[in-house]
Order: sequence, then structure tokens, then C-alpha cells
Amino acid sequence: MDIAELQAYGYFALTGFMVLVLYGYIYHLYSKKKDADGHDYEDYSNMALNDDIDDAPVTSMSDDKEKK
Amino acid sequence: MENRPLEYDYTVAKMFMLTTIILGIVGMLIGVILAFQLAFPEVNLILGEGLAEYTNFSRLRPLHTDAVIFGFTFSGIFSTWYYVGQRVLKVSMAESGFLMFIGKLHFWLYLVGVAAVVVSLFMGITTSKEYAEFEWPIDIAIVVVWVLFGLSIFGLIGIRREKSLYISIWYYIATFLGIAMLYLFNNMEIPTMLAQSAAGESGIGAWYHSVSMYAGTNDALVQWWYGHNAVAFGFTVPIVAMIYYFLPKESGQAIYSYKLSLLSFWGLMFVYLWAGGHHLLYSTVPDWMQTMGSIFSVILILPSWGSAINMLLTMKGEWQQVAASPLIKFMVLGSTFYMFSTLEGPIQAIKSVNAIAHFTDWIVGHVHDGVLGWVGFMIMAALFHMAPRVFKREIYSKSLMATQFWIQTLGVVLYFTSMWIAGITQGMMWRAHDEFGNLAYSFIDTVTVLHPYYTIRGVGGLLYLVGFLMFAYNIYKTMSARPVEESELQNASPMGA
Ligand code: HEM
Repeated sequence: MDIAELQAYGYFALTGFMVLVLYGYIYHLYSKKKDADGHDYEDYSNMALNDDIDDAPVTSMSDDKEKK
Repeated sequence: MENRPLEYDYTVAKMFMLTTIILGIVGMLIGVILAFQLAFPEVNLILGEGLAEYTNFSRLRPLHTDAVIFGFTFSGIFSTWYYVGQRVLKVSMAESGFLMFIGKLHFWLYLVGVAAVVVSLFMGITTSKEYAEFEWPIDIAIVVVWVLFGLSIFGLIGIRREKSLYISIWYYIATFLGIAMLYLFNNMEIPTMLAQSAAGESGIGAWYHSVSMYAGTNDALVQWWYGHNAVAFGFTVPIVAMIYYFLPKESGQAIYSYKLSLLSFWGLMFVYLWAGGHHLLYSTVPDWMQTMGSIFSVILILPSWGSAINMLLTMKGEWQQVAASPLIKFMVLGSTFYMFSTLEGPIQAIKSVNAIAHFTDWIVGHVHDGVLGWVGFMIMAALFHMAPRVFKREIYSKSLMATQFWIQTLGVVLYFTSMWIAGITQGMMWRAHDEFGNLAYSFIDTVTVLHPYYTIRGVGGLLYLVGFLMFAYNIYKTMSARPVEESELQNASPMGA
């Protein structure tokens, strides 16, 4: 097996692996529905809708600091 | 500090709005000239024999592509970044003198870069690599401009109030990283003054000339990995960033599925990078790479349509807005054209189809239904949405905008339909042969047959340019239109009659 053939197999294996990762991610998103901080993913749309400078952030940086 | 009334600062966004419009006009005007040159060769001499060197098709073509890509489109990307970035991160550029400085420096150095590109391409100084024609000194300047763009993205993220990054920010970051990687690798070159010939001569050629570090098949592979992904990270990723912000905001509707936006993001990132091989079908690159290029191109339909359908479904139950607002029309037609060209591309990447399509006008038709219908429409829509907010005035004229929409839509349709017919006719004529295998036609036979279609394309392009001038005028007049209150700017943009 020369280097080109090795590369081709490596490429194929990597592709297969990435496909698994992607499907895993889809499964994760739709089964968990919320991210690690407990926010429903769909709430994040509000970042665009309520984007005035004095609107409340969906997840605030300063909250984060207070918690610590 | 929190008590002081704070406002977003759109200074840099406005500066880039200006270059978006000016370079758009320049680039598209050159496009129209090119189109008429192909139909009527006399146009090559439009300014007389003496200046033919500067006005011929081959001198102007890279000026067109680079003006519309690196001028119009990238100005649009920068302009929307300096607008959207602040808003979804909920932080104003006025809060950081440093970021303000970087933003302005970004703009001014960009202008210097543009000037250098225009002058050098007019003089015929080029590396001859498509979309990477700039010689090394300009490449270095472009890298600096890009680093400044990166600084301003990550700088703003660094001082944000909103902890989570909105999906558009992901796409802007991907644009930054993608282009940085592509540009650096494809432009690896050695100035000729550092090289030595086999005969031992050194200091060959002008100081600004260089030779690519790649040659032959490798050069082709790197070039099309770059070329195709320039489409990905210049014409797709940042434009998706725009639509994910501007369509929900203008329509007041939450994205249909935020989860779908996340996974189409990763899908797009994963698949796009491998599809470039489709530019090199039936060439000397390894067969498995060609096949992979085809396969990944077809898979690319999924994440592309994931974003586009997500946008169309965002309008679910709100279709009356499409009828009522020309601004929403631009975006909805934009995402429809996005779906359309991301279906067309994969079809062209299938080997047997490519055997007919490659090197023909069908490819040019494909490029332009994407860039005119999707990229152009989306950037104009973004600027239309931004204008009332950065100038605090209503859009000058709604009816002008609606007229522009229909003129340009007609232009795009004329452009791509004529190129389809021309391309497929060309492809069929080139391969036609008699029973003994002699070619049935010579090249000039195709030229004669294609002439009417080239004329139609020229007319279509001219209509698009006329529409773009209407857009420029509308934005210009907006600067002195009726002032509006903050409350009118929440969602649908205020427009004058
Ligand atoms: C007024 C509108 C426009 C007209 C009339 C026009 C016309 C043309 C013409 C005649 C060509 C050369 C085709 C050939 O070599 O056979 C071309 C190439 C190209 N144009 Fe445009 N153009 C327009 C707008 C745009 C815009 C807005 C973009 C991008 C944002 C764009 C991107 C390109 C690209 C990437 C190519 C190279 C295509 C290839 O190599 O296959 N054009 N255009």
C-alpha cells in the first residue's frame, strides 16, 4: 500500500467518523432540547429579536460573574 | 458606567456601507461591459485602439471578479459585521476606544488594499491564479486587513454582555477562520528576486513578481480547494450570517428552528471543504478525489437547504409580509435563489453532467444565479434594513425599492436562462461527432449560435445594474429622509412612499 492509497483510506475513515459525530450531535440536540446551562435552544432566537443595548441578554455575562 | 445612556456606534458600519455601494457599482458596471464584449467584440475597443490594452476582456475580467467579491461582497460582510456584531453581543463600539481604532484602521487599510488591487490589475500585474491574482506585497496587506477584522470580531466578543453567541456570530467567525486558512495556503509564493534559476541567475523579474510554491496538479488542487471554498466562506457562510439576523429581525419572527440552524452550521463546515474537487473532474487529479468531490457536492444540498428552509419556514403564517414589504421580498427571494443554486451546483458536479457543463456558459449562469439572486439580494436587503437605523431616518422610497426588486429579478432570470441555453448548446456542440468520430462543429460555429444568448445576458446584467443604481440612490436619499423615532425601528423598517 503506497502513501496515496493510505491517504484515501484515512480520508474515508475520517469521513465515516465525522458522519457519526454529526448524527450524534443531531440526536443530542433533539433529545436534550436544552444546553448545558439549562437554556432551551430555541430561546436563543431572542438574541436577534431583543437586541437593543438595554434589552436583557438571554444569558448575561454579569450574572455569570455574580454566581461565582 | 451602566447608568450612562449608551448607544450602538455605527461609524465603521457606515464607512463600509459606502464601499459596498461604490464597489458594487464599479464591479457590476465592468460585468456589464464584459457581457457586451462577449456579444459584440467591438466593445473591446470602447475607448479606442490606444487604450485597448486596458479595456479588453482579459484585462477587465479579473477586475470584475475581484471588485464584486473582495470589494462589494466583503465590504457588505464587514459593514454588516460592524452592525450585527454589536447588537447581538449587546455591546457598543463606543465602549472601547481600542476597538473603534481597530475598526477605522481596518477600513482605511482596506481602502489602500483596494486601490493597490485596482491599479495593479489595470496594469496587468497578476499571479494568474483566479480570485488570487494579487502579487505578494498586496497579499501581505490583505493579511493585515484580515487580522484587523479578526481583532475586531474577537475584541467585541471579549467585551460582550450577552454570554451566548448568536448563530450569526458563529458564521462570521467561520468566515474569518475559513478565509484566513484558504488565503494563506493558496497564496504561498516566493518573490522572484529571492529565487535562482538553474543557470545560476538571480534577481529575476520585477520586485513584485513571485512564483507559486505549488506546481502542476498540486497547484490545481490547492487552487480549487481555495476557489471553491472562497465561494463557501465568501458567498455562503457570511451571507447566511446576514439572513439569520436580518430576516428574523425585519419580520419580527423567531428563527423557525434554532437547533436546525446549529446543525446546518456544522454540516456546512464539515461538507464544504471537501467539495472543491468538482472543479477538476476529468483532470489529472487522483480519481478518488474527483469522486469524493462529486459525492460531497451532492451531500452539500442537505446543510444548504437546512439553512434555506429554516429561513423560509421562519415566515410561516406570515406570508402577507412578503407581499407587503419589498425588503422581505428581497430576503425570501434570496433564500429561494440560494436553494436553487445549491441544487444546481451539485447537479453540475455529477460526473456525467459535468462532461457537458464544464468550461461552458452554464457554469457562468450558475455562478450568477447564486451571486445576483442570493448574495446581491441579501446584501442589499441588509443595507436597506440598516439604513434607517444607522441614519435614524425612514427609507426614502418603498415604491422605488419595489420597482428595483422586479427589475433586478427580471435581470437575474434573463441572465441565468440565457446562460443555461447557451451552456448546454455549447456543451452539446463541442462533443457532437459524425459516425467516424470527426467533430461535427468547429469552435466558431458555437460562437455564431450563442450570439443571441450573449446579448440577452448583457441586457439582463444591465437591468441588474440599473436596479443597483436605484438601490444606491434610495440609500443616498434616505440620509436626508424623514427622521424616525426609536420606537419605529423595532421590526419592520419604516419606509416613505
Ligand atoms: C450586473 C451584474 C453582472 C454582470 C453583467 C456580470 C457579468 C459577468 C461576465 C460577463 C463574466 C465573465 C464570464 C465568462 O468569462 O464567460 C462574469 C464572471 C464572474 N462574475 Fe459576474 N456579473 C455581474 C455581477 C456579479 C456579481 C454581483 C458577482 C459576485 C458577487 C459576480 C461574480 C462573478 C464571478 C465569480 C465570475 C467568474 C465565473 C467563472 O469563472 O466561472 N458577478 N460576470
